[in-house]
Amino acid sequence: MNELIEAVPFLGKRNPRLTKWLIIIVALVAPLIAAYFGRSWMRILDFALLYMMLALGLNLVVGFAGLLDLGYIAFYAVGAYTWAFLASPHFGVHMPFWIVLPLGAAFAALAGIILGFPVLRLRGDYLAIVTLGFGEIVRIFMNNLNHPVNITNGPQGINALDSLNLFGWNLSQSLTIGDFKIHYLYLYYYFFLLCVVGSIIFIKRLQISRVGRAWAAMRDDELAAKAIGINTRNMKLLAFALGATFGGVAGGLFGSFQGFVSPESFSLMESIAVLTMVVFGGMGNIAGAVVGALILTALPEILRHIALPVQEAVFGTVILDPEVLRMLLLSLAMILMMLLRPAGLVPAHARYSRPELLKGGA
Amino acid sequence: MIKLLEARGVGKRFGGLTALSDVSLTINKGEVYGLIGPNGAGKTTFFNVLTGAYIPDDGEFVFNGTELPSGKPHLVVEQGIARTFQNIRLFGQMTALENVMAGHHIRTKAGVWGILTQNKHTREEERLTTERAYELLKYVGIERFAHTICKNLSYGDQRRLEIARALASEPQLLALDEPAAGMNATETSQLKVLIEQIRHDGVTVLLIEHDVKLVMGLCDRVAVLDFGKKIAEDVPAVVQKNEAVISAYLGGPKHAH
Amino acid sequence: METLLQQIVNGLVVGSVYALVALGYTMVYGILGLINFAHGEVVMVGALTALQTLLLLMGIAPDMAPLLKLAIAVLVAMPVCMILGFLMERLAYRKLRNAPRLAPLITAIGMSFLLQTLAMIIWGRNYHTFPQLISTDPMQPIPGVFITPVQVTIVIVSALVMAGLILLVTKTRLGRAMRATAENHRVAALMGVDTNAIIALTFVIGAALAAVAGVMFASNYGIAHYAMGFMPGLKAFTAAVLGGIGNLGGAMLGGIVLGLVEAVGAGYIETMTFGFLNSSYQDIFAFVILGIVLIFRPTGLLGERVSDRA
Repeated sequence: MNELIEAVPFLGKRNPRLTKWLIIIVALVAPLIAAYFGRSWMRILDFALLYMMLALGLNLVVGFAGLLDLGYIAFYAVGAYTWAFLASPHFGVHMPFWIVLPLGAAFAALAGIILGFPVLRLRGDYLAIVTLGFGEIVRIFMNNLNHPVNITNGPQGINALDSLNLFGWNLSQSLTIGDFKIHYLYLYYYFFLLCVVGSIIFIKRLQISRVGRAWAAMRDDELAAKAIGINTRNMKLLAFALGATFGGVAGGLFGSFQGFVSPESFSLMESIAVLTMVVFGGMGNIAGAVVGALILTALPEILRHIALPVQEAVFGTVILDPEVLRMLLLSLAMILMMLLRPAGLVPAHARYSRPELLKGGA
Repeated sequence: MIKLLEARGVGKRFGGLTALSDVSLTINKGEVYGLIGPNGAGKTTFFNVLTGAYIPDDGEFVFNGTELPSGKPHLVVEQGIARTFQNIRLFGQMTALENVMAGHHIRTKAGVWGILTQNKHTREEERLTTERAYELLKYVGIERFAHTICKNLSYGDQRRLEIARALASEPQLLALDEPAAGMNATETSQLKVLIEQIRHDGVTVLLIEHDVKLVMGLCDRVAVLDFGKKIAEDVPAVVQKNEAVISAYLGGPKHAH
Repeated sequence: METLLQQIVNGLVVGSVYALVALGYTMVYGILGLINFAHGEVVMVGALTALQTLLLLMGIAPDMAPLLKLAIAVLVAMPVCMILGFLMERLAYRKLRNAPRLAPLITAIGMSFLLQTLAMIIWGRNYHTFPQLISTDPMQPIPGVFITPVQVTIVIVSALVMAGLILLVTKTRLGRAMRATAENHRVAALMGVDTNAIIALTFVIGAALAAVAGVMFASNYGIAHYAMGFMPGLKAFTAAVLGGIGNLGGAMLGGIVLGLVEAVGAGYIETMTFGFLNSSYQDIFAFVILGIVLIFRPTGLLGERVSDRA
């Protein structure tokens, strides 16, 4: 939270208290503002929150532990497909969320460990390529496991996933209280917001702990980390598993929200997109992941709404379609950030201790 | 005299090059033991084999009566051996305090569940770690830089910080790899005071050093390595007069440089 | 038996293209320690530039001999790719030579996607038919085993190009400067080698090879599109690692071996897994091989350098 407050330009450093309340209020009323511009903007906000969870999880692996994972989206896929298998007509199984979501997280963590074991000894850049390969292998299986036994339904994906049902309260149905009707997109928004806040709290706690310090030590100097007694193998596995857990949970939520899953949603480009969010915001700090995810989810959509009419007005046709614009934006963001501002948009200094624990202060 | 560490016939080869051959030595509890030798004599290799960074080809180390695991640095630290590096290796993105706290890792237990729920045990452990780290910074005399990012510290202070970080693992044997390298005379004499203090507080010190004056003034016993072999081991005054040692340092007829 | 022989022929053809691309990866890695992720995209740019040239030539000189057209297309594609390689190094990678270790790799990934996007803008999303100017009528040197003239050409051209590169690196002054720079930048610079120029040159040569590979790829399959470089790029990287990254001979060997394993594997995977997996899993082989090599023999088949913990 402190990092986030400091990240707010002008106001953040001058008046942290005010900024804090401002952030909370904006987070709470954001969907109301979005609704003013149309339903599609509310949906975009919901997705931004999902991407925040992904960016937070990947930041844990890349930013905290220094392991460049290019196949992160595979864990998102594992979570989403777990939801599809256990809560949809595909196999006719309809389990409640409090079973499916933890299971998805567990499977994702397991996948993280399975990937982690063999690749732990690899150097940074090799690790990146092997994780990329892992992500592609998962996608190839999703695409082809409709034969000889139909498990994933191949490229068509799986439809009609159960929506999120919190102990009898279905988030996909608009809530009516008296005359007042709350659209379901709001419900998802606040639920996802809760998940993001929970994730931030968890990750902050991890960062300021013996585990967070061990990760940072390993990232800054692996040899020295070993020499002070850190079991780097276990710490890397832990980073992979925990990062994957966040991906798995986000994947399950994605499945329930979207209502269908297909391999297309889990392409390499998505892994790269999440990585760009982390890099753009600033590797290794929580505020960076949040800000990066928000900006890089919203910006392509804003561009879509501005650039398309402009292009039609000027050229008469659409030259750059929204998907191309998004790719262009993401790849340029990645290159320019590395060249011009490698610490990211929010170059906050991550804290790994609570100095206030010292008696009398220092 | 109680034996703390015993090296038994330790050997290490890199390809065709023999870096260490049949090195045996004994370090007693409570002493400052020096390991000297010309450049390339195998001192740092000895360190790396001892602390588990390399796996020895021959021999073993016995520490407190049990054999040390080879090639597992973190287990060696757990047994009670901590080290510093010749070229300082701190964790660049952390503050001085956090570096020392990281050094305490092996003596703490909190698991992921405890950390996520911030249960009582975890909170207490974190508080103790923080306080202990601060104490250690005080001990080496740099507590005023506790919240400074370590790469912004002066060279001498970085050395001290590295020693504090090593002490945070609560070692019985502290192995220092050329701690005086790059220091000026004042810093070196301050370092000498610090090392004597550490020994006084019950930690045995193994010192690799180039600065012969420092070694002779500080060490109870000294071993000399040359071309991977131990050529002498005794109290400094005797070693200083040893002909093999003199010829190794000045370039005797057998080993022309 | 015929299937096996046929798959070996196919594997050799694809493998020799992998080898050409792998050389580009391995040269850059050898000299900078950087995985130039965008190298596969240079292959794609080569193919699409050649396609554009061919279409132009067909418009203005329809009677020109097909082989001449192809030659001109290659001669246009090569300098275009060389300029691209030069610009990548100059504008992006050079600034990052002393940056933290993940920065150059992340930049290279961004570069790869940027090039794909730009190609998508220029040439669209569609698959383009690449004119197959060398005959694709299958011949049967052994009954039951087919090989096309274009495939024969690919193998021969690759062999010639690689032989030329080996000569350049081992026999010329320039080659010696390249090897010296790969060994140690600073020392090479002290010896009077303009290391910046040598590094730029390495990118340029790699890009030229990639351009040739791109044309061969497109000619073999008769298709070109904006994403065609990515997978072959990854596989060529795998080939470079398999052979021992930084080692020219290794890249060639790795390319051929990978091509063979992939082709033979794809031919038999269905029988081997009792019909559970089929040839649509072909792309998995490269990744699995990459993982296995890196874990069990990170120095590759011919590599000498210790790639882990310096």
